Amino acid sequence: MSILINENTKVVVQGLTGREGQFHALRNRDYGTKIVAGTRPGKGGENIETIPIFNTVEEAIEGTGANVAMTFVPPAFAKEAVLEAAYAGCELVVCITEGIPAKDEAEMYDIIKNKTDSKLLGPNCPGLISPGKSNVGIMPHEITKEGNVGVVSRSGTLTYQAVHELTQLDIGQSTCIGIGGDPVPGMSFIDVLSEFEKDSETSAIVMIGEIGGSAEEEAAEYIKSSITKPVVSYIAGVTAPPGKKMGHAGAIVSGNKGTAKAKMEALNEAGAIVVSNPTKIGKAIEELI
Amino acid sequence: MDLFEYQGKSLYQSYEISHPKSVLIKNLNDLEKVNTLNYPVVVKAQVQVGGRGKAGGIKVVNNYQELEDSANAIFGMDIKGHKVEILLVEEASEIYEEYYISFTLDRSEKKYLMMLSSKGGMDIEQVAKDTPDDLIKLHISPSEGLIDKDLDNSILNAKLNQEYTVELIQIIKKLFELFVAGDCDLVEVNPLAITSSGVMALDAKVALDMNAKFKHENFQTLEDEIPIPEEEKYAKERGLNFIKLDGSVGIIGNGAGLVMSTLDVVAEHGGNAANFLDIGGGAQSETVSAALEVLETDPNVKSVLINIFGGITRCDLVAEGIVKATKGKNLKWPIVIRLDGTNALEGLDILKNNPNENIFISENMDNAAKLAVESGA
Repeated sequence: MSILINENTKVVVQGLTGREGQFHALRNRDYGTKIVAGTRPGKGGENIETIPIFNTVEEAIEGTGANVAMTFVPPAFAKEAVLEAAYAGCELVVCITEGIPAKDEAEMYDIIKNKTDSKLLGPNCPGLISPGKSNVGIMPHEITKEGNVGVVSRSGTLTYQAVHELTQLDIGQSTCIGIGGDPVPGMSFIDVLSEFEKDSETSAIVMIGEIGGSAEEEAAEYIKSSITKPVVSYIAGVTAPPGKKMGHAGAIVSGNKGTAKAKMEALNEAGAIVVSNPTKIGKAIEELI
Repeated sequence: MDLFEYQGKSLYQSYEISHPKSVLIKNLNDLEKVNTLNYPVVVKAQVQVGGRGKAGGIKVVNNYQELEDSANAIFGMDIKGHKVEILLVEEASEIYEEYYISFTLDRSEKKYLMMLSSKGGMDIEQVAKDTPDDLIKLHISPSEGLIDKDLDNSILNAKLNQEYTVELIQIIKKLFELFVAGDCDLVEVNPLAITSSGVMALDAKVALDMNAKFKHENFQTLEDEIPIPEEEKYAKERGLNFIKLDGSVGIIGNGAGLVMSTLDVVAEHGGNAANFLDIGGGAQSETVSAALEVLETDPNVKSVLINIFGGITRCDLVAEGIVKATKGKNLKWPIVIRLDGTNALEGLDILKNNPNENIFISENMDNAAKLAVESGA
């Protein structure tokens, strides 16, 4: 098993006709991912390297049985695209697009959560890969390996770094997920942790956070109460200059949360093994299993 | 992006949020413009730092002579490292009551947050700490917006003056409209005041969400008015995310998370980063050359660490950029390079085929950081 996607996942690519969408869709198909359809209003009936194009996600689902959407639509149209995929019934919408306004993100999150049964991953995320099965996103699959460690991270390149460290030590992964670092991400650390906990093929979890916000502190509480599998964690930004505060309002909302130190302490207290350097992640997992 | 008070107030103007009548002074020869206002007026230094009042950056004056004296004193003043180059002169009203209001995004709740208090005009963080019941918090659904009944209750619970409820509702709704339709990360007013001229937003702390730039023609104009350090400007024009720091190890990497992590690993090995520099995703060779040029402007740099994990970014293009920027040059400092991910082998080949005695290749992030710290010591 793996979480969220597997060998049976059928992917519809929103924005397949764009440069990025096409590059990654074809690369993922070569890897073995079932890329079954693309959408582009007005281009229905055409195809890209034999992948059929539909005008809408609804038609794509009807025609191909797609159940997951991968979105590469530009920021100005991303909200509408994500909502279209969710309303059409995709179980999971993976939004790669970077640079979506926070108000659009907040609104689309709210609607998906309250009015649809879909899950949203991202935006501004590298997507997810279940090695050997399916790659829905932009992660370089060459650095992954089939196995039993679940990886979840807010940062893109740092996810690659962590996965690379594991693979170097011959430790494989069940699923690697980047949740994205935008102000309103869809799936949170907690959502992903609960999936890993349920997954019989995941035996340990790597969680990578960074300064800002309080998602890591919330995840720590969840680890303490609900996760029985071992967790190795790394937080980036110990030495980063303090970010700008969002006025007094920001200071009141965040309190003393948000610093690397606060996050590391919370995770440590929750029983996670906190490493000080991403190159130590592999070793820490190796000692656990 | 944090705005100056006067920029925030120009947005108040667009959203019909009542605020004092004012003129902007960018040159002391323009002081005559103030004569279109009624005295007394308030002279306010425009700086992006708190505590300007205590520093003497705000003065109430009653006539032109006093205005000249105050303007001369404040203009050019240094407030916590910020030089005053713009003055906002506003008509002063008699203030009866001072409130606090802000709109921001609560990332934990994934909802908008309104905070409202009758204890305005003072340090609101202190109020939140000492008497938290005086700060009313209302979460707002991003898809439903501000609901009338919730706003009424908040005004009631915050114990604002009931006589002004109608005006308060009106101005609060407009502030919320500015926050949402105006794509602001923050709208904070302290004080929101009841004055002899009605309910008014006397201050403006507004931050814009620059991801929404494509929706708003005025964002670019506002951005151009905000001064940034010369080297950061140079980097920004080249699509680089650059922040100057105090150390001596120059850092170039791709992706904010990996760059932050690189700073940490350098610190673990006893070094200090000279900067944070993220070349972003999908960088071309020119981007990498430009990144090296940015570091050349910093005399504190003693060694450079380039840490790349290719995903969308291709290591061969990074290597080409490095070669372009360094070929045949007598480098000022050693450069340690670590390449992994997409096209890493091709990238390493390019570097090996263009050797430079000051360029060192390292096979992993930890050793690269160690080497960069040692070679600059």
